[in-house]
Amino acid sequence: MSEFVLLRHRDIPEIKELKGYQKQGGFEAFKKAVTKLDPNQVTEIIKTSGLRGRGGAGFPTGLKWSFMDPDNWPHYVIANADESEPGTFKDREIIEENPLQFLEGVAICSYAVGAQTAYIYLRGEFWQLAEFLDRKINQLEKASLLGENLFGTDYSLTIHTHLGAGAYICGEETALLESLEGKRGLPRLRPPFPPSYGLYGKPTVVNNVETLTNVPLILEHGAAWYRDLGTEDSAGVKIFSLSGRVKKPGNYELPFGSTFRELIYEHGGGILNDAKLKAILPAGASSAILRASDKVLDTPLEYASLRKLGSDLGSGSVIVIDETVSMDWVIKKTIDFFKHESCGKCTPCREGNYWMGYLTQELQSGVIKDDQVELLYDIARNIQGKCLCALGEFSVMGVLTSIKRFPEDFGREPK
Amino acid sequence: MSDLLSKYTKEIQKILDKYPPERKRSAVMPLLFLAQRNEGYIREGALSEIGEILDLQETEVATLVGFYTLFHDQQAGSYRIQICTDLCCALRGSEEFLTGLCEALEIKPGETTRDGLVTIEEVKCLAACDKAPMYQVQGEAGISYHENCTVEGTLELISEWREVTPDQEELK
Repeated sequence: MSEFVLLRHRDIPEIKELKGYQKQGGFEAFKKAVTKLDPNQVTEIIKTSGLRGRGGAGFPTGLKWSFMDPDNWPHYVIANADESEPGTFKDREIIEENPLQFLEGVAICSYAVGAQTAYIYLRGEFWQLAEFLDRKINQLEKASLLGENLFGTDYSLTIHTHLGAGAYICGEETALLESLEGKRGLPRLRPPFPPSYGLYGKPTVVNNVETLTNVPLILEHGAAWYRDLGTEDSAGVKIFSLSGRVKKPGNYELPFGSTFRELIYEHGGGILNDAKLKAILPAGASSAILRASDKVLDTPLEYASLRKLGSDLGSGSVIVIDETVSMDWVIKKTIDFFKHESCGKCTPCREGNYWMGYLTQELQSGVIKDDQVELLYDIARNIQGKCLCALGEFSVMGVLTSIKRFPEDFGREPK
Repeated sequence: MSDLLSKYTKEIQKILDKYPPERKRSAVMPLLFLAQRNEGYIREGALSEIGEILDLQETEVATLVGFYTLFHDQQAGSYRIQICTDLCCALRGSEEFLTGLCEALEIKPGETTRDGLVTIEEVKCLAACDKAPMYQVQGEAGISYHENCTVEGTLELISEWREVTPDQEELK
């Protein structure tokens, strides 16, 4: 058996092809679900496994599936492959190298929630990946693993790909739904949440690519097996996308409970030019930024422990900052991003990010004025908690934590 | 019948088949990609053609072109080199790469080379942070990724394109 759950292609490259995937037991879990299990039993297994959403929010997956409104049909499943946040590049590797395990995950999820149509929403830049997936889906239809009356039952399933066109906001699930309906990607007011009012107003589950790719193996080996891979708080394994000033950036699949030290120094080979580690963004550009210390380095990577440190695990996109980089520049870059990607629907995010963009740019011009830093902090505080969706909240995390935890980079007394 | 519909009858039907018949508005972004395929940008007439196919107002279609960054309403070079300069790529030299490439081509970011072949654009995260400097090329053949890039390698790629693409200036 592979040492991986998600990145199995790293020791079984032939898993990319249907023959190779089936040789590893591929699509047996889907067949078992459809022919031997009741949809609710599948959801129960996923609930018991402790699997949580890998897109960033960490919401319990089985629980989400159980929220689907049983009185409103049809149901839809959407795989969110819109990964666009600086620091995140895991879903692309999964789709490129282990596409069939992902597609089987989509299929099992669809069966569990009674959906006969599923969409894979890919960011428009993944144009080639969408064509690749279309070919895989076509193969599966020819092999009668997708399509009408699967395995001799009355269950049918069609999977379609759908391309976005360059908007980070469409990774937010309700903005994604709007986009898939052919509109601008503006987030909806929630509640209602997608399991009661989703695509075309119908109950919809939106799950991240990595989340769904876990599902076939959980069904194959059981919920207890998956739970045992991680920690009490965070079950299973996680792909950490490591980037920034490290020697070996890339995706690393680790069980929850591994530490930053293992990730950055053992797997990532340490800091470029053996410089000193300064800061860690554990969850991409939207991170609450951590000041490096032995305590931080030895913290187990799991949802609860990172929250205790004053940050979040998010989608596991770890960006490494070394001593040569100043934090006022880091937040200038993150604000540039959020300013560009703000959809403009709600005022605090739209105007606030422009204002923060102006101030972070000013800070780059040389002399840092304390009242500018004060104003920047104040704007960030006033955006927080007042936005329609998470993007606005994300934009201020780096600003608030950088000014607080790295005062010396903002012309203030060092800690 | 509109130009778009007569040219891509089959493709358009295939796209429409993905969505419930009463929800054909969902096809608007795929159709915009189709309209952009030939000229590298969406000409004004295409908006009303798409509107006609999907029972949408022209402005409803136009609003998407403005919102989504992969749609262009202006002509540019045959190849758009779109370089990510977001945080992670910038930590690995993408800004220096952008400057170096622009200097070699004697243009500024956002500009097109004199022969109309290449436009250099700075873009947001492309989800390839571990392989910076990197860019995508948006052109006739869709979108392709280029990773762990150097200025020299990119200039070579451009000269390969030059060999197979007629000079836009001479065509005029």
